Amino acid sequence: MPEVLHETLAELRDAFDDARRDPSFWNSYVALMANYAGRPTPVTYCDNLTRRFGGARIYVKREDLNHTGAHKANNVMGQGLLVQRMGKRRVIAETGAGQHGVATATMAARLGLECTIYMGAEDVERQHPNVFWMRQLGAEVVAVTDGTRTLKDAINAALRDWADSMADTHYVLGTVCGPHPFPELVTYFQTIIGYEARRQMLEVAGTLPSRVYACVGGGSNASGIFTGFLDDPAVELVGVEAAGKGIATGQHAARLAGGQGRTGVAQGYKTVFLQNEEGLMRDTHSVAAGLDYIGVGPMLAHLHQQGRVRFESATDAEVVDALRVTMRSEGIIPALESAHAFAGAFREASGLSSDDTILINQSGRGDKDIFTVADALGDEGWVDFIRHKAEGYAR
Amino acid sequence: MSAVPGTSLESHLRGRLEDKPLLLMTHLVVGYPSLEANWTMLEAMDAAGVDLVELQLPFSEPIADGPAFVKANHDAIEAGMGWEVYFDFAARAAARFSFPIVFMGYYNSVFQMGAQRYCARLAEAGMKGFILPDLPLEEASQLTALAREHDLSPVFIMSPTNSQERLNEIGRQASGFVYCTARRGVTGRKTDLSQGVAEFMQRCRTATPVPLGLGFGIRTAADVRNVRGLADIAIVGTAGLDAWQELGEEGYRLFMKGLVAETC
Ligand SMILES: Cc1ncc(COP(=O)(O)O)c(C=O)c1O
Repeated sequence: MPEVLHETLAELRDAFDDARRDPSFWNSYVALMANYAGRPTPVTYCDNLTRRFGGARIYVKREDLNHTGAHKANNVMGQGLLVQRMGKRRVIAETGAGQHGVATATMAARLGLECTIYMGAEDVERQHPNVFWMRQLGAEVVAVTDGTRTLKDAINAALRDWADSMADTHYVLGTVCGPHPFPELVTYFQTIIGYEARRQMLEVAGTLPSRVYACVGGGSNASGIFTGFLDDPAVELVGVEAAGKGIATGQHAARLAGGQGRTGVAQGYKTVFLQNEEGLMRDTHSVAAGLDYIGVGPMLAHLHQQGRVRFESATDAEVVDALRVTMRSEGIIPALESAHAFAGAFREASGLSSDDTILINQSGRGDKDIFTVADALGDEGWVDFIRHKAEGYAR
Repeated sequence: MSAVPGTSLESHLRGRLEDKPLLLMTHLVVGYPSLEANWTMLEAMDAAGVDLVELQLPFSEPIADGPAFVKANHDAIEAGMGWEVYFDFAARAAARFSFPIVFMGYYNSVFQMGAQRYCARLAEAGMKGFILPDLPLEEASQLTALAREHDLSPVFIMSPTNSQERLNEIGRQASGFVYCTARRGVTGRKTDLSQGVAEFMQRCRTATPVPLGLGFGIRTAADVRNVRGLADIAIVGTAGLDAWQELGEEGYRLFMKGLVAETC
């Protein structure tokens, strides 16, 4: 990490440590999430999916019902409380799918903070509904045009902004990556998913899940739900990464499952990255912008190495299939990111018995993906609609 | 007397500081715009009498660099820049020119190479030290120890945002020289040297006896003149690349001469 941020990171560590030691802090966070974000989000039993695969009983943790439609708001509102404690007046963030950007813009609007969001130019294209909402919420959205124009480049741009603006600005990092204390801090707020889910499984299913599935971009939704079950050795934890066009094509973002990641140090932290032998980062690919990233949370890399978390991957094609099945069977619309967890679970559900239960973390809802999904499904009606709309504007 | 016993880089710099009040360090990103252009730049630096040169090994995530160097890093990588070419170039430069050369780059390159091999390759190429803007002091101890065995100076960075306590900590580990950044932020943008820089340099001076370099936003001959009395070394980075692109080869030569003229 550049020396210029040394004192800023120390300040953040202190604020986080103070908050954690304050017995009322966690409760105030839970209360905020209850009355602003609609938590706790439910765990839904999916009978149609269960019958379709004919194996384990399938449950879904519904982070799509969290305010702004994804788990991202948990971390963001938590960091918002820290921003208030530190007395800063501006926030910046990177975003891939735009969910973290929307959540940050929401928090900034509510707390009266200035807000700048960095987003790779490629992601600005494919997640435009979220760009629209960020701007409506009052945030400035900067399209990052260097490098591979995706999430990693947005993180670099945010770090460069912060290296200048830290006196009055907090960087709301959106996942469990980056310099200390971010991986720990983001995990801390996201564990609300795991705490809720464990209790809800005991209530709703009467048992702990045999397996928990979560998609893994940087790893925040996975870290959040897995942490709730870390001390339950019988619960198998499965992270699903983006296999993109297939691991063999090299066009993917599977750092751990693909076996092609190597340990390295970049963007202020040490973990397994997709990089070449000389440490240059590779161009990643996923249909899901939020998973299209070179690195993975160091805690998850460690749990992988320890054998505590198993890593699998799902291709773009499998993910679109899983999305379609989930929509048609249950009336649930997962984000393309989340659909990776569904695809991983669907592949394995029929191999388990009806005594088994599996829990899928639906990290977010799919509304934002309307353009990408319409293209993937070749939806003529949608294309006609856009064409007419464009003609209307052209006139 | 230095905090870490004498490296040859530090004694070299001290020797030159006996003859003139200020030294000049210039920079280039190896492979950008091309190796041929880089060589011509080095010839211009040599002819002008530049005292010290940093050669940057391109990295895909250059978080301490501003837009001009980000592009330079990415374009050089795109054009196939790699370790072999870099070290071959550095070795040729060290053999041909009299100014000492230091490595500048990001820690992942070192990590992938392995600290031992990294130090050996730098020493073999005839380089005198290294600047790794993303490597914090507390992560550097193993590399620093190995560097000493190869008579390489790890050059640490001091920032105006650092507390005095932190500056002192860095100062105790310093060797060769210290790279003081004149302002917050990343490379490229101009710095107003009248804004608190003197006070910052004073804080750095009390933190360490090794020579102090001042960089970030030093863009013109007038800026270099203003560094006199503030620091021992003026560091010009992005402005050199801009001069190459805007003024051409001959303009670049004159630009370098103009900078050096202000150091004598
Ligand atoms: C809905 C959704 N799920 C998952 C992710 C991936 O992030 P993480 O792995 O940190 O949960 C994102 C990121 O943008 C997202 O928007």
